[in-house]
Amino acid sequence: MTTTGLTPRSSIWRSRRFHDAIVAYAFILPWVIGFILFVGGPIIASFVLSFFRWKMIAPPRFYGLTHYISMVTTDELFRISIWVTFKFVLISVPIGQVLALGLALLLNQRIRLLGFWRSAFYLPAVVSGVAGSVIWVWMYHAELGIVNNGLEMMGLEGRNWLFDREVVLGSLIVKSLWNVGIPMVIYLAALQGLPQQLYEAADIDGAGEVSKFFSITLPMLSPAIFFNVVMGIIASVQTFAEPYVMTGGGPDNATLFLGLHLYKNAFSFLKMGYASAMAWIMFLLIFGLTVFQFRLAGRWVYYEGGER
Amino acid sequence: MVVGNETVPTTERLGSERYTRPSRMRTHLLGNRFQTGLVRLLVIYALLILAAFLFLLPFYWMLNTALKPSNQVFTLPPTWIPKPVMWSNFITAFTMQYETDPPVYTYAINTMIVSVNGVVSTIFSSALVAYAFARLEFPGKNVIFLGILSTLMIPFAVVMVPQFIIWQRLGWLDTLWPLMIPHWFGSAWNIFLLRQFFMTIPREYDEAAYLDGASRWHIFIRVILPLSKPALGAVAVFAFVFFWNDFLGPLIILSTPENFTLTLFLANFSVAYRGTPWHLYMAAALIIILPCLILFFFSQNAFLKGITVTDMKG
Repeated sequence: MTTTGLTPRSSIWRSRRFHDAIVAYAFILPWVIGFILFVGGPIIASFVLSFFRWKMIAPPRFYGLTHYISMVTTDELFRISIWVTFKFVLISVPIGQVLALGLALLLNQRIRLLGFWRSAFYLPAVVSGVAGSVIWVWMYHAELGIVNNGLEMMGLEGRNWLFDREVVLGSLIVKSLWNVGIPMVIYLAALQGLPQQLYEAADIDGAGEVSKFFSITLPMLSPAIFFNVVMGIIASVQTFAEPYVMTGGGPDNATLFLGLHLYKNAFSFLKMGYASAMAWIMFLLIFGLTVFQFRLAGRWVYYEGGER
Repeated sequence: MVVGNETVPTTERLGSERYTRPSRMRTHLLGNRFQTGLVRLLVIYALLILAAFLFLLPFYWMLNTALKPSNQVFTLPPTWIPKPVMWSNFITAFTMQYETDPPVYTYAINTMIVSVNGVVSTIFSSALVAYAFARLEFPGKNVIFLGILSTLMIPFAVVMVPQFIIWQRLGWLDTLWPLMIPHWFGSAWNIFLLRQFFMTIPREYDEAAYLDGASRWHIFIRVILPLSKPALGAVAVFAFVFFWNDFLGPLIILSTPENFTLTLFLANFSVAYRGTPWHLYMAAALIIILPCLILFFFSQNAFLKGITVTDMKG
């Protein structure tokens, strides 16, 4: 025991701190347990499994890198599924973001019935992937669907939207655009938080609407754009319900998404090892695209008051 | 300007920010500005109406078909208003049975069990974890928090196969447990959202309770949770929609129709009923999305706040 007057206080402080740390660990314990059982453990298991051939019936057999090699050499469907997924992500994410931002800009004008318009655009976001897909299957129906009948009314010729390999991926992309509600609301909130002084200053400088949009609105929105693009990519790489319900991957594998190919290998053919290897490729794809986004972000994302 | 008095409020409402400022050419510009303002207004409303039409058309098409008598589904060109309106389609869709399958409300009950469990357990566990990150100091805090956030990148596909094997070994496949237990341990996204919200609650509330001798647990239960009702509500509505709509989880776990959830039932519908009765299919789809639609209409603010509670400046 020392004799300085500060010691009792600091030891109380230290014991409170120690006590807090114990409590904190107790509080985060649920997440730690859940992580080990349902995320961390399975990730390691999936990685190990990807080097084994295992069809659930016979015991697993070591397979080395064979799964990863056969992905690029023999499994043509894997290459197709990567290509389909890439095309979908590269087209649907940018168009979706432009649409979400466009709708948010419309809602940010001084308009009447804001609640109605906002609800109309947001509503599809609460509809499940399966129910939404079922509705769109019916929309796209070749003879009875509203899409073809609507086109016919306008004197245009329809297509068999879900059974024509040339247009089927486009049909799924259009369906995905229906679900832009969440990024739209994020853009709207970001727009409403923009400082008005910047626009007033631009007005004094005589800036037009277009130049105000590109030199104020867009840079100020860049954190929101960045967030939405990253989340959009993570979600769309994993697209599953839409191809499962609407096309089953067809016609002619034109909508065989990576998620669907993986699901079929795991649960139709029970190739657990191979499916795990593909899951890791999907993980690396998401990881790579996300890291790429973060790298790119330094160049175009503007953080107000941030050092970047 | 004949309509000078009228133009003032109108242009102002259109967002012509410069209007009120004196300008050399003010009188000259006023009429011009009114015209561009009017054009702008027309364009905005035209775009809004077009977009709303396109976004609501699928809902209308579903409702229209769901209310048609079966023979009208196949008439060409399709009719825009069902006559007579068959409200009974909903009852048929809700009670119909395919061969030995259970009626649809069995799936609704299963879905409800999974969703309610999911909402209650994920909120409570996520809030507990979030509280530790918002208020307590402990070694490794930042690293663990980053770890939690990085799990957002992990696709379900990576953990799907090992999880499936765990449940198979436990003999719990084809039960609802695998769809419930994993959510007792918090979810990364909800932990993040709730931490952000807890950090906005002034620390004085904690300190006051602490000086009164309350434990951290009591502060969490009695102070933080009651003050966080809006955030908890926002997380709850999102969680409900997520669990209600989940598809891949039930798809890999459940195999007998008695245990199906609504999304599984709907995905299997056209397979089970050959020659798809579209009017019943759409009625079933509508029944399935209705709880989420109702939830949205009654808690719009929670939905809108829930998304934007995050500080996106990171």
